[in-house]
Amino acid sequence: MAGTLATLERNLITYKRNWRASVFSSFVLPLLFIISIGIGVGRYVGTVNGWDYLSFIVPGVLAAGAFQTAHGESTFAVMSDFKWSRAYHAMRATPLRIGHMIGGWQLYIQIRVFIGSAIFLAVSALFGAVHSPWVLVTPLVCALLALAVGAPVSAFAASLNSQSYFPLLTRFVVIPATLFSGVFFPVTQLPTLVLPLAYASPLWHAVELCRAAMLGTEPLWPAPAHVGYLLLIAAAGLVWANRAYSKRLKD
Amino acid sequence: MVTTYAVTHGRQMPAISRVASILSRNVAALRSGPSYWLVLLSGFFEPMLYLLSIGVGVGALIGNISVGDKTLSYAAFVAPAMLAVSAMSGALAETTYNFFAKFKFVRSYDSILATPLKPMDIAAGELVWAMLRGSLYTVCFLIIMVALDLTTPLWALVTLPATMLVGLAFGSIGMAISTMIRGWQDFDLVHVGQFSMFLFSGTFSPVQDYPFAVEILIALTPLYHAVEVLRALSTGAPSLGILVSIAYLALTTLAGLMVASRRMSKALLA
Amino acid sequence: MTEPLIYARALEKKFGDFAAVKGIDLEVAPGEAFGFLGPNGAGKSSTMRMIGCVSEPTGGELRILGMDPVRDGSRIRARLGVCPQHDNLDPDLTVFENLTTYARYFGIPRSEGRRRATELIEFVQLAEKADGKVEQLSGGMKRRLTIARAMVNEPDLVLLDEPTTGLDPQARHLLWERLFRLKQAGTTLVLTTHYMDEAEQLCDRLVVMDRGKVVAEGSPRYLIDTHSTKEVVELRFGTESPASFVEKLAGIGDRLDPLPDRLLLYTADGEGAVSEVHRRGFTPSSVLVRRSTLEDVFLILTGRTLVN
Repeated sequence: MAGTLATLERNLITYKRNWRASVFSSFVLPLLFIISIGIGVGRYVGTVNGWDYLSFIVPGVLAAGAFQTAHGESTFAVMSDFKWSRAYHAMRATPLRIGHMIGGWQLYIQIRVFIGSAIFLAVSALFGAVHSPWVLVTPLVCALLALAVGAPVSAFAASLNSQSYFPLLTRFVVIPATLFSGVFFPVTQLPTLVLPLAYASPLWHAVELCRAAMLGTEPLWPAPAHVGYLLLIAAAGLVWANRAYSKRLKD
Repeated sequence: MVTTYAVTHGRQMPAISRVASILSRNVAALRSGPSYWLVLLSGFFEPMLYLLSIGVGVGALIGNISVGDKTLSYAAFVAPAMLAVSAMSGALAETTYNFFAKFKFVRSYDSILATPLKPMDIAAGELVWAMLRGSLYTVCFLIIMVALDLTTPLWALVTLPATMLVGLAFGSIGMAISTMIRGWQDFDLVHVGQFSMFLFSGTFSPVQDYPFAVEILIALTPLYHAVEVLRALSTGAPSLGILVSIAYLALTTLAGLMVASRRMSKALLA
Repeated sequence: MTEPLIYARALEKKFGDFAAVKGIDLEVAPGEAFGFLGPNGAGKSSTMRMIGCVSEPTGGELRILGMDPVRDGSRIRARLGVCPQHDNLDPDLTVFENLTTYARYFGIPRSEGRRRATELIEFVQLAEKADGKVEQLSGGMKRRLTIARAMVNEPDLVLLDEPTTGLDPQARHLLWERLFRLKQAGTTLVLTTHYMDEAEQLCDRLVVMDRGKVVAEGSPRYLIDTHSTKEVVELRFGTESPASFVEKLAGIGDRLDPLPDRLLLYTADGEGAVSEVHRRGFTPSSVLVRRSTLEDVFLILTGRTLVN
């Protein structure tokens, strides 16, 4: 644990220097979405599942924000600490173990996601889009989602040698996942052929859980199934990360 | 690979061939990597996904929307906006990151200016190139709009040249910005501006819904005018009002081009 | 006798079919300054990485500080200081933070880490740069900071992989002087180098490595005395090929080695050999009589030069 905290400390010192760049993506961007789509488009949407459109999308945009932050922090930053700064190689020469390095980075992502979610929820409350004390559960859902995204994407980044895959990952995976995981409209509207893709997306499971917590709606699957799926992806991601980090630091 | 800049001995090269020589350089560079094609494709992908998600997906929750005295499906309302966005992002991709790299780092233009070409030729050549990339997106986009019954083939043909004007306007704005910014980190700001326009230029909901002061502010930005023109044409309801927007885009193109070539002269020929 | 800090028998490292280290034996005692001398690709860095517990041996026996590097890697690394071949300082942190953050990786309390960082920054003469960014440091400064970082856990054993490669002469001498002080203070140093002058300056004892094997072992003086002659004469003959003189000068000195640009003549008496060359009627365009170096030892043992 001490080793994990030591790497977390390093990551936070680094963040202290570079936080400005993250303000737009983790705070301003979700807010702009809320205003443009939630309020702007919302006035033309009647109600969805009995709720006004803004209230409907707030849990979704909350989860999508966590999704994007976790993804964003697991790409260039991780690869560059292997390839350019070689910070992981420096850590490798100390008593730190691979688990500490992965843990320190995932904890850092957790802190980033938590701050982003808290600010977003506070603003949503000002817009009158928070209706239930169960909202307190949503940061836990976001934390689980962040691990289910952060761990495998970090593993992917650790095994790459070229950054040119990242824009492709963003455009062909992250943006489609954000747009079709039930954030803006229920996935049941999707063509049957595409539906399994939405079910595979960790974001969709988190959206269902956040929406269930904030609006009291019945999730499409039983809540434990959604949680179980996210746990499974997170666990697989951690195993993969352990393997990818070890391989990268070996020989 | 050798790229030639045709020189006619003793005589001034015609403007067309000067611009064409810049284009042929970019075509040559284009062939140098397959990843470029993937990135090229992905630029078209994004507005398309928004059309399907917000336009069709959320549109199903909305049904029809009335703007002024017209009623149309929400998808048909969003589609021309995304068409404008694809022209914008295609043109900006070329004139921001790519142009800036060539201008400041690869320093391609230093060597080009050692030939009979002038800064204005480079600026015009790059602009036409950026517009062509945007048009590649808009042609594909219009075909899909016709296929989804969001416009008619005839109006799609009328809309196409207008998307080229949109590409020119954004290309020249991007190029002017690229000659002014200091470093890569400034592109973050460009990105913020681009994304704010994307969300609020009457793209997903009519600007008339916003408070009057905000509406005025939006009316000063280029994407708003692009959306106005393309929406009027693709929905088959052009009005005299769009002439103002067309003039705005044309003037922006000229102003951007002049700023860019003047600043290039200052930076490269000083 | 105390237990050796490094003990290796028939140590091997293979990457697929390629054997980088082909069965070497080593012992390094506390307080020693020990060197691996050899050209690029001799297997020095692979050996260092095994000693640093970041690369597992594929054969033979290796014990570091009396422990097994595979099982006790983390415990061993806690007592090592490592200065890798390529600097991996943290570019997002200041010079000072690079040390304090690294100290945290060893579980050193914050205040203690700050105390040591202040001391070490003073030691490597970077006090003025303490709050600056790593990027602003020159190559020599970066290397000194990396060495300071390697000292932050007060290690029992410091590993330096090519500590001065790529530095200008002035920066090298400054670094050597700092390393010499560490050695005087009783720190055990293990370093790799392909510079014979570096090995002569810093090492009490060294092994000469070539193609994954140890070809000789001993103190620099001992290696020179056993494998080379007291003096070496370097002869140059304008445009003529040095090899063509081997036969003509046969019998002078103990040994003749033609290099592409010069002929090396090994002998106990340099001046005597030069007169003999002139007596045979040859007038080299340049003549240099010097003492034997490790470079000569390497050439004699392997038939190749160290730096090419």
